[in-house]
Amino acid sequence: MSEHNEIDHVSGRSTTGHEWDGIKELNTPLPRWWVLTFYATIIWAIGYWVVYPAWPLVSGYTTGLFQYSTRASVATDLADLEKLRGEKMAVLGNASLADIEKDPALLALARARGKTVFADNCAPCHGSGGAGAKGFPNLNDDDWLWGGSLDQIMQTIQFGARSGHAKTHEGQMLAFGRDGILKKDEIVTVANYVRSLSGLSTAPKFDAAAGKKLFTENCTSCHGDNGKGNPELGAPNLTDQIWLYGSDEETLVETITNGRAGVMPAWVGRLDPVTVKALTVYVHSLGGGK
Amino acid sequence: MNKPVSPDELITDEDGPLYAPRKKVYPQSVSGRFRSIKWRLMAVCLGVYYLLPFVRWNRGLGAPDQAVLIDFPNRRFYFFFIELWPQEIYYFTGLLVLAALALFLMNALGGRIWCGYLCPQTVWTDLFYAVERLVEGDRRAQIKADAGPMTAKRAGRRVLKHAIWLMIAWWTGGAWVLYFADAPTLVRDLATFQAPAIAYVWIAILTASTYLLAGYMREQVCVYMCPWPRIQAALTDEWALNVTYKYDRGEPRCSVKKAFDIRALGEKAGDCIDCNQCVAVCPTGIDIRDGAQLGCIQCGLCIDACDAVMTKVSRGTGLIGYDNDINVQRRIAGKEEVFKPVRARTVVYAGLITVVCAVMLYALMSRTLLDVNVLHDRNPIAVRLSDGATRNGYTLRFLNKRGFDRVIAIDIDGPPEAKLHVIGADSVTPDRPMIVLGRDATTELRVLVTAPFDEKAEKSVPVTFRITDVGLGEVASATDHFVLP
Repeated sequence: MSEHNEIDHVSGRSTTGHEWDGIKELNTPLPRWWVLTFYATIIWAIGYWVVYPAWPLVSGYTTGLFQYSTRASVATDLADLEKLRGEKMAVLGNASLADIEKDPALLALARARGKTVFADNCAPCHGSGGAGAKGFPNLNDDDWLWGGSLDQIMQTIQFGARSGHAKTHEGQMLAFGRDGILKKDEIVTVANYVRSLSGLSTAPKFDAAAGKKLFTENCTSCHGDNGKGNPELGAPNLTDQIWLYGSDEETLVETITNGRAGVMPAWVGRLDPVTVKALTVYVHSLGGGK
Repeated sequence: MNKPVSPDELITDEDGPLYAPRKKVYPQSVSGRFRSIKWRLMAVCLGVYYLLPFVRWNRGLGAPDQAVLIDFPNRRFYFFFIELWPQEIYYFTGLLVLAALALFLMNALGGRIWCGYLCPQTVWTDLFYAVERLVEGDRRAQIKADAGPMTAKRAGRRVLKHAIWLMIAWWTGGAWVLYFADAPTLVRDLATFQAPAIAYVWIAILTASTYLLAGYMREQVCVYMCPWPRIQAALTDEWALNVTYKYDRGEPRCSVKKAFDIRALGEKAGDCIDCNQCVAVCPTGIDIRDGAQLGCIQCGLCIDACDAVMTKVSRGTGLIGYDNDINVQRRIAGKEEVFKPVRARTVVYAGLITVVCAVMLYALMSRTLLDVNVLHDRNPIAVRLSDGATRNGYTLRFLNKRGFDRVIAIDIDGPPEAKLHVIGADSVTPDRPMIVLGRDATTELRVLVTAPFDEKAEKSVPVTFRITDVGLGEVASATDHFVLP
């Protein structure tokens, strides 16, 4: 490194020995405080190794004197959150469902809580926005199998439908074909009659009178004389535009042949009462609530 | 100007030093035109900084009455009659753009005006130097004292100096935190140790940084840390005026007596008498006669020093002054001086500043105090109702930037015969829901738009939510789409 001795005669300073196109770089050293600060940061880093988790070991790591762990701090934060929630949820618990909907602040709180709980527990079947799917009702519309008032919704959430809970909604669509109650051609006729109830097109050779007779004999006990359904039994309204499983003839024939018995689990005991309340208000406020 | 150095002055260590020992700068006191400009600017800058938090501004009941306040917990910035929300941070972007352009313009006109007169580092360092000279004496006294032994008197002075420095630094940190809370309340809380811990932490941090930066690091901040000298060198041009030693007039340097003799022989003698006063007063310890350099913050103090000397030796002032190399060369060539403050560069900078100012002013004047944003439901996008009607759900967020609650009515303009329903709103009339917006806050609500079944309906039509302040008549709207399932 003989170049290092080289002195630039104009400035009187040593050069670094680096040369570009005949121009040499002056050696411009760092000030003492800068160098000392740099050393201080190295010492500081060693301090970090001592007090914080730093080095991986074979089956673990050095935990450091402070025993700091991001996992533990998340747990603490979550506990704090639950505590904070507890205070606010108590207010919800003391208000009636109707009062919650009337108070903008409580409504916002219930909707916020309900949205989270819905995403965690309900979205797998009903969809993240409650849009439903075949066999899983859309919770945004105004058609409710078991009733769409606040109390009815809460009842359904708490005890479910065909869930096995003692207070669950019961009621089933019989398997008219499989159990031999109706013959195949009769089922097709009833299916076409059901389609005609909501103004849908029917098959060319459909006998409306026969359909009505079959419907009256077999279906009205649950679905009502005019097919408007019965929320006590979870019997859907057959005259509207909303179909849980589908309105085409093939699907209707399948429904009548094999019956339907969708299950909604009971959430009582799995969700605390205040959470169920918030969830009720949330579902009700999706738009379909009565 | 650089003379070749004799070999015994050279740095001759083998690999070069690892660090450069700092040469302490003892700037001598000076008086004159630029010094008094600097005193006045310092008084204005520090006065504004220390006292502004105590200026009051009435915004009505329930709103803070501090003229300038950065309210982090409530996410508000108050500046006299302006109140900004976090989403209006672009005003700060505009200010930063303006600041950068102003810096460029200053640089194109008069060099490092920012560095020399306005930069906090310069202003506080200047103040600390003034304190140092007041307590420990002027340049000569300090150099002499530092070279001599530590006496009780000297130690006492040193303690006093650091005490005053720390007081100023502490006050600087104290004033800083006052911009983030109600100043009189915070002062009382600080005095009674009731203030939040973060306030003390910030005061401590800024006390330390002020004390270190202005008391110890000083010119090294400009020379080693600050990026602006580097950028400045790249942005300047040959017409920009800089603090310049007019070597055409100053060289060759010689004593007054020698100059007299030389002139008597009819030869040219320089005006510079090599008294080194320009070096003695320099706060960064450079020699301006070496020409434009990174260490020069262009504070103009050497101009004052030189002018005083030139007056004493009965030569004209202005041997050091705001000038550029073009004019030095022109004078050498016997031509007239030319100054071009108006040139493409300065015109463009000034034009850009005007444009940015105009845009910001327009944005500020046309700023709405009532606003609404809409977000269409993603899932489901549309809902079919039992009677065949279609419903779309939206989330509306209302912004009320006024300092009082107000009642607004919501109307829609969308598909034919569409009905609006706001979840949780008291509908005074069936189709015109009214809601109360809390003062200086946002409100979020879910709304539903329902359109009856229509065979000929388009798959997607625009829907506009129009909100009207029932009392003031202010209107705002937001548009989204209404879609069929």
